[in-house]
This record gives sequence, C-alpha cells and structure tokens, in this order.
Amino acid sequence: MATENINKALDSNIVHTTHSEHPSAATYFKVAMALCLLTGLEVVVFFFEWLSYGIIPVLAILSVAKFALVIMFYMHLKFDNKLFSTLFLTGLFLAIGVTFALMALFRWFHVV
Amino acid sequence: MTTLPIPMIKRPLHPTGIWNWITTIDHKKIGILYGATAFINFLIGGIEAILIRAQLSGSNADIITPEVYNQLFTMHGTTMIFLAIMPLSAAFFNYIIPLQIGARDVAFPRLNAFSYWAFLAGTIILHSSWLFGEAPNSGWFSYAPLTSIAYNPGHGMDFWIVGLQVLGIASLAASFNFIVTIINMRAPGMSLMKMPLFTWMTFITAILLVLAFPVITVALIELMFDRSFGTNFFFAPAGADPVLWQHLFWVFGHPEVYILILPAMGIVSEILPTFSKKPLFGYSTVILAGAIIAFMGWLVWSHHMFTVGLGPIPNSVFTITTMAIAIPTGIKIFNWIFTMWKGSITFSTPMLYAIGFIVTFTIGGISGVMHAMSSSDAQQQDTYFIVAHFHYVLFGGAIMGIFGGLYYWFPKFAGRMFNEKMGKIQFWLLFIGQNITFFPMHFVGMDGMPRRIYTYSSEMGWTALNALETAGSILVVISVALFLYNIVKSWRSGEKAPDDPWDARTLEWSISSPPPEYNFKEIPEVQTVDDWWAKKRGLLGEQAPSGGSGEKGEIHLPQPSFWPLVTAIGIFIGGYGLIYSYPAAIVGLAIMMIGVYSWSFEPVNDPD
Amino acid sequence: MAEATVSNHEGGHQTTTGLNHRKMLMWVFLGSDCMFFATLIATYLVYKGKSLSGPMPIDVFSIPVTTVSTFVLLMSSMSMVLAYSALRKGSLKGYRTWMISTVILGSTFLGFQTFEFYEFANHHVHIDCINPGELTDYEQGLFDKNCTEGVDHYDAQHGLTPKTNLFGTTFFVLTGLHGTHVTIGVIWLMSLFLYSFKKGGVTPERDLDTDLAALYWHFVDIVWIVIFAVVYLFGVFEGFPT
Repeated sequence: MATENINKALDSNIVHTTHSEHPSAATYFKVAMALCLLTGLEVVVFFFEWLSYGIIPVLAILSVAKFALVIMFYMHLKFDNKLFSTLFLTGLFLAIGVTFALMALFRWFHVV
Repeated sequence: MTTLPIPMIKRPLHPTGIWNWITTIDHKKIGILYGATAFINFLIGGIEAILIRAQLSGSNADIITPEVYNQLFTMHGTTMIFLAIMPLSAAFFNYIIPLQIGARDVAFPRLNAFSYWAFLAGTIILHSSWLFGEAPNSGWFSYAPLTSIAYNPGHGMDFWIVGLQVLGIASLAASFNFIVTIINMRAPGMSLMKMPLFTWMTFITAILLVLAFPVITVALIELMFDRSFGTNFFFAPAGADPVLWQHLFWVFGHPEVYILILPAMGIVSEILPTFSKKPLFGYSTVILAGAIIAFMGWLVWSHHMFTVGLGPIPNSVFTITTMAIAIPTGIKIFNWIFTMWKGSITFSTPMLYAIGFIVTFTIGGISGVMHAMSSSDAQQQDTYFIVAHFHYVLFGGAIMGIFGGLYYWFPKFAGRMFNEKMGKIQFWLLFIGQNITFFPMHFVGMDGMPRRIYTYSSEMGWTALNALETAGSILVVISVALFLYNIVKSWRSGEKAPDDPWDARTLEWSISSPPPEYNFKEIPEVQTVDDWWAKKRGLLGEQAPSGGSGEKGEIHLPQPSFWPLVTAIGIFIGGYGLIYSYPAAIVGLAIMMIGVYSWSFEPVNDPD
Repeated sequence: MAEATVSNHEGGHQTTTGLNHRKMLMWVFLGSDCMFFATLIATYLVYKGKSLSGPMPIDVFSIPVTTVSTFVLLMSSMSMVLAYSALRKGSLKGYRTWMISTVILGSTFLGFQTFEFYEFANHHVHIDCINPGELTDYEQGLFDKNCTEGVDHYDAQHGLTPKTNLFGTTFFVLTGLHGTHVTIGVIWLMSLFLYSFKKGGVTPERDLDTDLAALYWHFVDIVWIVIFAVVYLFGVFEGFPT
C-alpha cells in the first residue's frame, strides 16, 4: 500500500519522451576505448621531456577531447535539447573565465 | 504496512494552525514566512545601526566599546545584506512569481519550503553569535589575515563562516527552484519576452546567484580550514597571499550587489507602468540592460581592491569595466523616466517609493561612477564617501524598491488595503530621514573620515555632520515604526481589498486578494505582455476558450511535508557542531541524511 | 493518471519547454558546480610554484598510480551509462550488474585516493650522499643541508599534509572535495542499486532517477579529467616560463 503510494510519487518522474536516439552499448564501449586511448596519450606525452611547456596545449587538447566525449555521449548533451547545453555551458565558460582572470591577476602570464 | 527499511510517515494534512505553517509547501505561505522573518532581521540590523549612530553622534564618545563596535558594524552589514534584503526579495519571488507566470506553485515545492527553513537556521545561527558573546568582528567582507585564528581566536568568525554557508545553501536551493520554475512553468502563450519585468529580473538574479555563491562557498571553506585545521590558504608565512581572499570574496561580492539590486529594479519596473497607466518604456531594452548588467557584473570585482596594490594595468582595466557598467544602468533609469513621461500618474504610496528609488538610486550611482576611477578612489576608499555610496544604492535603492513592493502587493497578500495617508507620511519620513542620514556622509568622507572607526576627535570637524546623520537615523526609526503600525493595523482591520485595486497590468491582479490556495481556477492563456491589462481593455482578439490549457477536471496541488524542515534542522545542528563540537556535527549530518532520504521516498497521499 | 499524454509530464502537468523539471535542475546544478571547482582549481593554480618549502609535486606524485585510478574512474562512467542503457531496455539484471560495477569502480577510485593521501603524508626521502643521482630541487635542498662531511646517506620522513605548504593545502582540499563528491555519488548509486531489489522500485518508466544520478556521476568524472591534467600531469612545472 505504502509502496503504491511511493510509486505514485515516483510516477511524477515518468518521462514519455518522444525524443532523441540513445546510442547503443557498442557506441558507449567505443567512447570508453577512446577515453582510454586519450588518457594513454596524455601519460605518454608526459614522459616527453623535450616538449617542456609545450605539453600545455597538448594536454589541453587531449583533456578537452575527453571532457567533450563524456559530456556529449555519456551525459547525452549531443542528443538532448539545446537548453541543457546552454544552462551547463554558461556555468562552464564563466568558470573558465574566472580561473584565467585570477591567474592573470596573480601574474601567471606576465602581462599584468 | 511497508516493506521499506525506513518507516514511512504519512504526509501531513493540517488545514490550519501552526502545523499547517510548519509543513506548508505553498509558495504564498512560504513568501509570508520569508517576509516576516526578513523584516524582523531588518529591524535587528536597524538596531545595530542605531547603536552605531549613537556611538558616532559625538566625538570621543564611549557608549560602545571598540570591540563591540567592530561586532556591530560587521553584524549590521551581514544582517542587512544576507538576512534582510536578500530574503525580503525572496519573499516577493516566492509570493509573486508563480502568480505572474500563471502557475499554481513553484517547480519544487518541498525544496522551496526547505530554502525557508534553512534561511531561518542561518538567521538564528548568525544572531545567536551575540548571545554566545562573540559576534563576528571583521567587517561583512572579513578580510584575511585579520580573520585568521591567530588574530581572531574566538568563535566569532566561525559563526560568520557557518552562518553564511547555511544561508548559501538556502539561497542556492531557492534559486535553482526559481530558474526551473520560470523556464518550465509558464502559462501557455507566455513566451520569455511576454513575462513581467519582475519575473525577468528574478530570473536573472537567480542565475547570478547560482553562479556566484559557489565562489564564496569555497572561500569560506578555505577560511574555515585555515582556522580549524591549520591550512595555509591565507597564511602569509607559508607564502600565501591574503589578497587571494579579497579576490575570491569580491568575485562573489560584486555579482552579489547586483543580486541585491535587480529584484528592486524589477519591482520599480512593475510599479511605474501601473501608476502611469502606460506600458514600460522599452520593455525589451530594460530586460536586455538587466542581462548586460548581470554579465558585466563579473568583470568589475577588483574595483573593491583599487588600493591593495594590484598594479596599474589591473586598476585601469577594472576602471574601464566599472565605468562601462554605468551605461546599461543609465539606460534603465531613462526608460523608467520615459515610462512616466506623458503618463496619467497617480502618486500613490507605491508610486512615491518607485519615484524615490529613481532619485536616491541615481545619487548612489553617481558616487559609484566617482569611485570607478581608480585614482580618485584612492582618496575615497575606506572613507565615509563609500559608506554614502552604498547606502544610497542599498537603502535608497534596494530598500526603497522593497518598501514600494510591500505597499504595492500588500492588498494582494493581505487581502486588505493599507492606510494610504499614513503610507504617504511614512514615505516622506523615510525619504527625508535617509537623505539626512546618508547625504552628509559624502562630505565627512571627502574630508577624510575613515570607515569602521568607533570614535573620532573633536578637532576633526566631523562632529556636527555626524550628529545630523544620527538625527536622520532617528527619523528613519520613526518612519519604520509607522510602517509597522500601518501594516499590522491594516492587515487586521483594513478595508477589504478588491482583486485589482490599482487597475494593474499583470496576471497576479486577475485573481482574488488574497488568492485561493490553487491560485488560478483555470490556468490562463496568455497572448501578450501585460496580458491582464490587455484583457481588461478588450485589446485582445477572440477570447481563448476557457480551460484551454488542456487541464481537465481536478486541480492537483502539491502535498505538505515535514522533511524539508527536518533536513534544515539537521543542517542547523550540524552548523553549531562545526563551530563547537564535531560529534554534534555528525549528528546533524545524520539527521540531514534522514531528512533527505525520507523526502525522496515520501509517499503521495490521495488528494482527499 | 489518465491525463492527455504530451511530450513530457510532471505528475500530470505539462512543462513549458517539454523538458523534465528534475533533469533541468540537475543541469543547472552542474553548471553551478563548475564554479565551485573552478574556484578550487584557481586557488591551486594561483599558488602553484609558490610553496616556500617542499615536498613539491614532483617529489610525491606517482603518475603511473594516478593513471590507473584515472582509468578506473573513466571505466566507472562507462559502466554507469551501460547500467542506464540496461534499464531502458528493461533488463533489471543488467542494471544491477552495471550499477554495482560502478559502485565498485567508484569505491576503488576512492581507495586509490586514500592510498595516495596516505603515501603523501608518509612521504619518505632517501638521499644517497655519495651517489645522489638526479635530485629534485627540494631533494637538492635537503642534500645541501644534510649531506655534510662523513655523512653517506640521509633518510627522513617529509610528509605532505594540508598543513605542510601551499601545495599540500591546495592539493588536499581540491582533491579531497572532489573525493567528497565521489563519495556522495557512490552512496547515491548504492541506494539505487539496493532499491532495485524492491518490487517495482526501479523500472524503465522511472529511468529518470538513474538518469539524474548518472549525470552527477559523469560530472564528477569530468572534473577528475581536468584535475588529472592540470594538477598531476602539469604538476612538474612550476608556473609559466619567465
């Protein structure tokens, strides 16, 4: 009886979405392999001492790629309504902006 | 009978009485709870101010000791910002937003109740610091390293940290709620560009809040760790830079001041058109200006730090951005003035407040532009010139807007009319009183009177103006007392209010005063901005068929609940635990978890 | 409820955008949480290279170990999404398998973190004064100080704790708060796993509960992606070149 009531409460979570395809398990597995590969690359590149500070753009690209794969596929943003992307990316871009601004103010870039 | 591990308590159904208020999830009741609690906090903050003014009324006074004085100005600022203005705005968000968008409640009614109870917890934690003999004492902005355990060994700062964290949780919960509500619960036909201005400003404020509060959450964690666990975030001997605190605080703090002012601007944008019988001039421009202010608010924070020694390039950059932010602000002011131009104006009490807002907020804005220039700010920083500025924008701005809103929407939430004559007198007393209190501060500030001093020598030449400021503050007290008298008397025995006493423009005026529990018998179909006005004047085409929202039969209302309160109690106990006793903090955490789990699994009772 | 079925329901009511309230709430929350971690990462970066004394990142980090824990967390995201997928297909058995896998992988990550924190706190320095080999700046400092006449080796505990220096403070609080987020996630997922044993507890119609938990879990993973690159891989560099 109480179960029924709880189920009714959770029924409000029912989403009869006409929507978006969901990737197959195979796609998810491929994404996982890509993530492993990218991580592996990051670690390999770490041991290239000749790169020196050049490692920064390389790591940036690789980690952004991983970030994007998880967000777009696992978190489904690629297939969902753009509003979700807007809500999340607003926070993300502001976060990146504030981080860089603070770095600049603490003389990371030797321009201020 | 249940087979779940947690015994389920049936959802409470108390139609009346104190249990009704304790378990309510009705946005209107929650709005009233917020408003009442916040107004009491406003009075407490006011008492703190009066004590400050008493101490400063004469040179070399010793009514208040320096130690208590430091606590007074810290608590006055903290109380007014976090416990008065923000929750007074929240009272309006809660009561008015669902009505303005044609909804029956907010997206997450229990989360809404939780926000209130968490706010109450934060209120009690902060005020109780006085009772424990240690209110925080380092200013509402608590600069490091004064706040370190070495220089501030008591519990005062811990009360401030914990209080603000709890309030942060309350504000975040409320803002998440309003963002989803405004995006997702609008009446059919109400596109974003048909929403009332107050709803728009609330939306922008909520977005600002959810992005700004996490920054201070982290700053507070860092400060607490330094004080309690010996970390080095602001500990200069380990190579740390106390200026980092200032950066983190003001990255939050500047958006925070826009959080404080935008709702009041929204209220003014509702009052002016109603009492000018004209639509808001430049509706989309005013909204866009609000959005631009919110965005640019992230680019100006170091103008609070011009005298810290950041260097000429940061100072120049922030000077430019700060001056630039005056532009969208000015645009709003012009739009408000043009709204009134050639309007059919009624100088009712709410209208007086809205017009008063324009005057005093503009004065505050002018001194603001003066501070924006980093070189002239070098003279003004940490003087009463700054105190004048922010009181003009916060008292002359936010508080005036809020009082305007209280009068404007009083008939709606109380179902009664207030005494208009008394209201007008009260307005003038408040307007004149605040100007007498704060205008002279420009002069003593320019003359070099520093902030946060508990007394001054008679030779400084500041005595007369300080005495005048104190006199002004007495006038403010009388005015607030008159306001309370008017409100309480009118609520009890004022003339019954019609649905739409002001012949206004937005949906909340299309239903009874006060509204029924379910707000709208039928969710309206909206066709234009100021849809209610258009309907009344027959400006719309074919009336949409009634019940056109697709809702048939019963009205479904959310059910009351205990668990938001229980969760808040857990946080309350946890808060004191973090200050005094870690075992108690664990108990608080456990209660909080019980609250959260029970909330998640709470059954739905049948509607009857 | 026999209500008109439209593209989205909230207990019988339509939503303006057709999107679910709770899902929208989660995305707004995650946007907000970006600011939380940005502040911690900014604090870390602002103090990078400014510690007055060691140990420094290069002294304590073991990239191989952290790489393994990173893989573990990434795989937990895969198992999470497979759990959700299984649920949508109606396979409760698949759901439970992948959910418990995620819990185990997440807990393993936390285990690695705990191990790492313990190792850092008990960091031991051993310097061979005769044949020192390549020394980090910090080790060099210890060498200069302690490898005096007649001393042939130097051994001491030089642990890294939150109190040791700026690196310890910023590192432990950043990764500690990330770990707290992971812990909350593990508890959440474990709760769903257990609830799935209740008849009618977790069903394909109610996939939103799992969807929300999954979004949170993946977010915690992407924060780690950033931390791994910025803190660990970039760790050996002390700020930008002059």
